[in-house]
Amino acid sequence: MPRVWAIVEREMRRFRRSPFLIIVSLVFPLVQLIVLGYAMGGTVKHLKVGVVDQDHGLPAVRIRELAGAVAAGANTYDIVQYADPGAALDDLRNGRINGVLTIPPEFSRKVLTKNEPRVALIQDNTDNFVSASLVGNLGSLVAVFNEPATPVRTAGKVALDVVEVYPYVPYIQYLLPGSISMSIFMMVMVGGGIIYIDDKARGLHEGYLVTPITKLELIAGFNISGTIKAVMSGLTITVIGSLVAGIPDPLDPFRLAQLLVVIVFVAFSLISLMFLIMVRVTDPLMPRAIFGVLNTLLYFPSGAVYPTQGFPTWMQYLSAVNPFTYAVHAFKSLLLKNTPMTAIAGDLAYLFVFSIVAMSAATLLFKRTL
Amino acid sequence: MRAIDVRQIVKRFGNFTAVNGISFEVDEGEIFGLLGPNGAGKSTLIRMLTTLLPPTGGTALVNGFDVVKQANDVRRSIGVIPQAMTSDLELSIEENLIIYAKLYGVPRAKRGRLIRELLESVELWQWKDKQVRNLSGGMRRRVEIARGLVHEPSIFFLDEPTTGLDPVSRTAVWDMLRRIKSTRDLTVLITTHYMDEADKLCDRIAIVDHGQLVALDAPVKLKASIPGKNILEVSFSEAPPDWKVRVDAMPHVESVEATDNIFRIASDNGPATTLALMAAAQAAGVTVHSLSVQSTTLDDVFVHYTGRALRDAVQEASVTDSPLMLRRG
Ligand SMILES: Nc1ncnc2c1ncn2[C@@H]1O[C@H](COP(=O)(O)OP(=O)(O)O)[C@@H](O)[C@H]1O
Ligand SMILES: [Mg+2]
Repeated sequence: MPRVWAIVEREMRRFRRSPFLIIVSLVFPLVQLIVLGYAMGGTVKHLKVGVVDQDHGLPAVRIRELAGAVAAGANTYDIVQYADPGAALDDLRNGRINGVLTIPPEFSRKVLTKNEPRVALIQDNTDNFVSASLVGNLGSLVAVFNEPATPVRTAGKVALDVVEVYPYVPYIQYLLPGSISMSIFMMVMVGGGIIYIDDKARGLHEGYLVTPITKLELIAGFNISGTIKAVMSGLTITVIGSLVAGIPDPLDPFRLAQLLVVIVFVAFSLISLMFLIMVRVTDPLMPRAIFGVLNTLLYFPSGAVYPTQGFPTWMQYLSAVNPFTYAVHAFKSLLLKNTPMTAIAGDLAYLFVFSIVAMSAATLLFKRTL
Repeated sequence: MRAIDVRQIVKRFGNFTAVNGISFEVDEGEIFGLLGPNGAGKSTLIRMLTTLLPPTGGTALVNGFDVVKQANDVRRSIGVIPQAMTSDLELSIEENLIIYAKLYGVPRAKRGRLIRELLESVELWQWKDKQVRNLSGGMRRRVEIARGLVHEPSIFFLDEPTTGLDPVSRTAVWDMLRRIKSTRDLTVLITTHYMDEADKLCDRIAIVDHGQLVALDAPVKLKASIPGKNILEVSFSEAPPDWKVRVDAMPHVESVEATDNIFRIASDNGPATTLALMAAAQAAGVTVHSLSVQSTTLDDVFVHYTGRALRDAVQEASVTDSPLMLRRG
């Protein structure tokens, strides 16, 4: 056992003297959290909508008034009036406006004669978020137009009451569980992958192998030190990230203790995965080359940035075996919902089994010779 | 008991045979040199003896222990300096030694005293807190020498400890090795491709080429074993056309090579040949511009046994000598 601690001691000393590595692996997940958190998930505002009124009747004026009222209130879009439909379409094609609302001639007459009146939205559909927002807004505008002045709900109509169980979750908080998992992964990659292979290539391991250390002591030494580094990184981002994202009660010691348990499980499962991948690798370029691919494969299919329910079937399978998925789910439960540990027992169980399988396979593949 | 007993050891990598049936014995207390060009199989041989690579065939006993069946006993009794610089750059000199003392299970009570003794004998005690990163190549090698001895092994393996060092550092490394050896019971097996080093330092030398042992003896005996104990290098002004034939006929001359007016003459009696040559030159009115008489070197021994000069063979680069060596395996 003392030999294991000699390896751990050496790894930790080496680690402390590589501050650049530490900073990079902490800064990356934080930058990603802040930039993605503010770049995405905000409500879309100030879209430009051209209005072309070719009818000029009273109902047409009402539509324009409603549109104007929304524009003034929610700021979702701004109205630009066009007399010439050709000019409006030109501006749409050139990206000066996001959509054109056309009130066709005969609109008023059709409203009055109840002859299927229509308004048209011609939109730039290259941006899904913008067009979804426009369709939603103008759809409700038309609905308001259709409602009688004083809405009377007939007894037969169903209304949906939405009850929110948790306080409103800004997107940056939604991203935080992914960022914590990412910070653990970064440290596993740098501290457990890159440094491990570099040391191996430099011949450092050759030095260990001529000592009486056993195979299991070596494996334990590498993986315990890797887990310690990854836990330190995960804990740091949990605290800083909670403060940045405005999680309520970020320093609650009881919840921090629960989070620490999850961090240890996640760190160990990712170290096991990394060790399995790297156990036979000798080329120092290898961990650097697979870094990006592995990062993408773990992070995005995990539900960290988009719900897994939106994935195609093959990706749902990927998500189901991905340890990141369980990490993100467990962090999300604790950070956003304050659930008790029982709610994440399944996540911890999966991570545990995953670690055991990966570590056993790596141990079988590990050779105590060159 | 022999310190090292190698019997018909073989190592193949796929179809390639790196070590092809080598046998030798090393006595306790000897400094034994393995001399050979890059790619000769020296590192492969050392790696088998230090339990880093399993042999494909044959056996080896180190300190009486089988390198395969009793690998751990072998490991406990040997110190090893691999060819690549393997000290921990981020750690200080002393930390490097402490980690290894722990890996070898040196008792805490002994650790401090041993480390101090060793660092003093490689003249690094005053730098003990310096990071290895900031040391010169020669100093790093000395750190490794101290590190390799931190558990007081009885056999010390060093793979090309002086390759890549400047001449001053090379001498320093050798001096320290000799000094350390004089104060303890230590058998040393060292590889090198520097003839002069092997000549001055080793009690016995095994010349290895293409994975085979081509000669083994004390340096003096090796040199005596080949024809031509002296080499004369002479340059003349305008030698007559039959000069080479006449030189060849002089007493004790064994062979003559001539390029332009420079002659390389092998003789088994340097002084006698020199006298005869000078007399003949004076009689024929040939001016002698320069003359040097050298004793046989290990270079000549190498040429004799392998058919090529070691300094040429050394140029044949080998992948395993890059500092970022990729070990397949
Ligand atoms: N792991 C390996 N796989 C394949 N070939 C190897 C391996 N290690 C060494 N070799 C080859 O074996 C030969 C001997 O190498 P080595 O023992 O390093 O020679 P030396 O130390 O004398 O320079 C070289 O041709 C080298 O390329
Ligand atoms: Mg070598």
